[in-house]
Amino acid sequence: MAVGFEGPSAAGDGTGHPPGRPPVDKNGRSEVMANTSRREHSGHVHLAVALDGAGWHPAAWREPSARPRDLFTARYWVDLVHECEWGLLDFVTIEDSMGMQSSRRGILDDKTDQVRGRLDAVLTAARVAPSTSAIGLVPVATTTHTEPFHVSKSLATLDFVSRGRAGVQVRVSASELDARQFGRRTLAESHSTAAVVSQNIDSVSDLFDEAADFVEVSRRLWDSWDDDAEIRDVATGRFVDRDRLHYIDFEGRWFSVKGPSITPRPPQGQPVVTALAHVPVAFRLAARSADAVFTTPTDAASARDIVTTIRRHESDVSRLDPPLKIFADLVVFLDEDDEKAALRKDRLDEALGRPFRSDADVFVGTAGDLADLMAEWQSAGIEGFRLRPGAIPHDIEAVTHDLVGVLQDRSRFRHHYEHSTLRARLGLSRPASRYAHT
Amino acid sequence: MTDQARQIHLAAHFPGVNNTTVWSDPDAGSHIDFSSFVRLAQTAERAKFDFFFLAEGLRLREQRGKIHDLDVVGRPDTFTVLAALAAVTEHIGLSGTINSTFNEPYEVARQFASLDHLSAGRAAWNVVTSWDAFTGENFRRGGFLAQEDRYDRAKEFLATVRELWDSWGENALVADKESGRFIDDPDEGDFAHHGSQFDISGRFNVPRPPQGHPVIFQAGDSDQGREFAAADADCIFSRHGTIEAGQHFYQDVKGRLARYGRSPEDLKILPAATFVLGDTEAEAAERAVTIRRQQVSGPTAILFLEQVWNRDLSAYDPDGTLPAVDPDLTNPSIAQGRVSAFGDRAETAAKWRELAAAKSLSIRELMMEVTGRPSFVGTPLHVANQIEKAVAVRAADGFILVPHVTPGGLDEFADTVVPILQERDRFRSEYEGATLREHLGLGPARSPGKRRRLVGARRV
Repeated sequence: MAVGFEGPSAAGDGTGHPPGRPPVDKNGRSEVMANTSRREHSGHVHLAVALDGAGWHPAAWREPSARPRDLFTARYWVDLVHECEWGLLDFVTIEDSMGMQSSRRGILDDKTDQVRGRLDAVLTAARVAPSTSAIGLVPVATTTHTEPFHVSKSLATLDFVSRGRAGVQVRVSASELDARQFGRRTLAESHSTAAVVSQNIDSVSDLFDEAADFVEVSRRLWDSWDDDAEIRDVATGRFVDRDRLHYIDFEGRWFSVKGPSITPRPPQGQPVVTALAHVPVAFRLAARSADAVFTTPTDAASARDIVTTIRRHESDVSRLDPPLKIFADLVVFLDEDDEKAALRKDRLDEALGRPFRSDADVFVGTAGDLADLMAEWQSAGIEGFRLRPGAIPHDIEAVTHDLVGVLQDRSRFRHHYEHSTLRARLGLSRPASRYAHT
Repeated sequence: MTDQARQIHLAAHFPGVNNTTVWSDPDAGSHIDFSSFVRLAQTAERAKFDFFFLAEGLRLREQRGKIHDLDVVGRPDTFTVLAALAAVTEHIGLSGTINSTFNEPYEVARQFASLDHLSAGRAAWNVVTSWDAFTGENFRRGGFLAQEDRYDRAKEFLATVRELWDSWGENALVADKESGRFIDDPDEGDFAHHGSQFDISGRFNVPRPPQGHPVIFQAGDSDQGREFAAADADCIFSRHGTIEAGQHFYQDVKGRLARYGRSPEDLKILPAATFVLGDTEAEAAERAVTIRRQQVSGPTAILFLEQVWNRDLSAYDPDGTLPAVDPDLTNPSIAQGRVSAFGDRAETAAKWRELAAAKSLSIRELMMEVTGRPSFVGTPLHVANQIEKAVAVRAADGFILVPHVTPGGLDEFADTVVPILQERDRFRSEYEGATLREHLGLGPARSPGKRRRLVGARRV
């Protein structure tokens, strides 16, 4: 029985070729990209796909190619991520929440006609990791109620089992429902994040401060082992050099954590931290704590504004890390022509009973037009796009087969994976531990 | 089925972070690289083992205020590694220790349900308690539980988790595209638990696990622990001792099952066991001595002694005699983060002095003598006989084997001992069932039964 018998592992697809779609140009000729330099990538865009159930449209599970019966199987998630890796995407995010999905914010509903239920995203990412070899894996993790010590070592372990491809999308929970399911603490009754923010209530700001503390603890724990802490020194009988292990001694309003981690320094040193941000308090969290941020512009102008806002927040918090990688989120419904795309979207909306709405801009059209939009927003300062497929697998395949092809033709996207870690792919170097003696 | 035909259960325990794990051997591999876990799990699966087991870490051990550096240190997160191992295995169960103190039931229920889905029904949970403030320093929950209260929390924790696993109907997932019905009932996942330890309610968001309930292990030796297991566990992870001790334990625990309406097969007793093999008995015995020396280095011997003497003994020579000074019985224990293996200090010290004097043992030799010996030492035939006998006379239902070195430490056992047991039809030659419950010969998990309908205030 071979390791990773299910699919590609370190050897790629078993043919000896590296993972991902074979580099082929429009005329079917194989294209060898040797010694490509940074200069040639200056127009390149980062591309990610956000995975959630059967797709971001609530009626997508009823589409002909949808696999709603498989949503809680490993096979489904492996297949989706394989497809994304074939498309050479930078990473996937995997949606998660502590509470049940609902058509209404902060309140449970009694619908039976939408996808209900989710598998834990970190464990899904871990399950998929050995069957993939290059694509980044970025599960959502809630920072409210959970233990930073546990989440930090889970992500470090995801980094080990994926050999340096782990990331996380941190998220707060302002939901009273979630609080009641954990039983730890109560929050303002029935307040959605947006509602509370607009009323400027302190508690949401607290949730984001807690998230910042959570990330700080995780980062310190990831650094709490020097890279060379393990010494296996037979002469003195020591497996580890305790001077290379560090207490983190974090004391904050919501938790104190002593450390060190029980898990050694991850392959990437620091797994990639991301956050979705719409409002100031979230931009601030990203500026303080994240490496990449997902935003929701509606056009090139708003994209430009968002970029400016984010740089200002970075300055406000005196950010020392490299500038945030700024992604734009888009929900996409892609087809070979505009009419087909519109028809499909309409059909989905009819099944839903109302037009589909999202916090992100909704794109309905062709891969070519989407690539045009992306170029325009890139000029406004957007460095990457996180695409939320309206229907799975249709819109994922449209991205990996059509959009990627168009972008490659325009020299906007890679023809093969170059970097083996997610950090490197995003242009981030591997940091030394903050505690290590130089 | 006669006693002679009783099927043996075997499992593989990834070597732990304690001194029985040898790291100084040239064959000793990484304890953190995923490849080590893959290797051991696949070896165990090739040998048709029931499950692979991984312990848990919550804080690095310390002694005299310093991080313990003599044993293997550094381990992955249990849930995450087990989920990844589901990708490189197909049949073998995936079992892990998760404590009930520095966790909350809603999250643990989600994680085990997810692991069970992602492994198609192979998840198992070894429920343990933790209670010390030392460990608590890493957690929000912090503080500590009074030792007496830990079982109360554990019991209610497990009961609550079971309620969450039961909160989705068995046929909840309809997924009918035509009719638009995704789930059967609008209330799938509804739960409410109002107890002394937990007061939680809502809607659990993971469908019923493939096994219904993942397999539950319990590892307590005390009376309370045995009762907990008899009431609510599927397997007991026990300590290995003599055949007689095993039989007593077996009889005692299985005897408690009837009170709970359970039969003897409903609870499997699996002691942890170590082993040393050799082509001849003499060779095996020699290897055992070599391994003992690797497991009890000079510094390790001093460390063990310190745990009983409760003093700084770093000035002593491990190849020299025991300290003339007596143990410090007044101050609190200097060892943190683990249960003392050595019982009452004054009593133990006295016994050790006697033994050392009688056999002229140095500190190191004494520690080698009094700390754990391998459970099975001998040729593959001899070891197979011992295992078969232990199960036949009901001293155990099988064993959880702990290799002393990773990742290849199980290879020889898998290649030489298992085939003998298979040949005798005492151990499976092929997997028959698909889930861990089936491998262990456990009945199906209780069905969710009639779910409570929550009335009133929860929804607008």
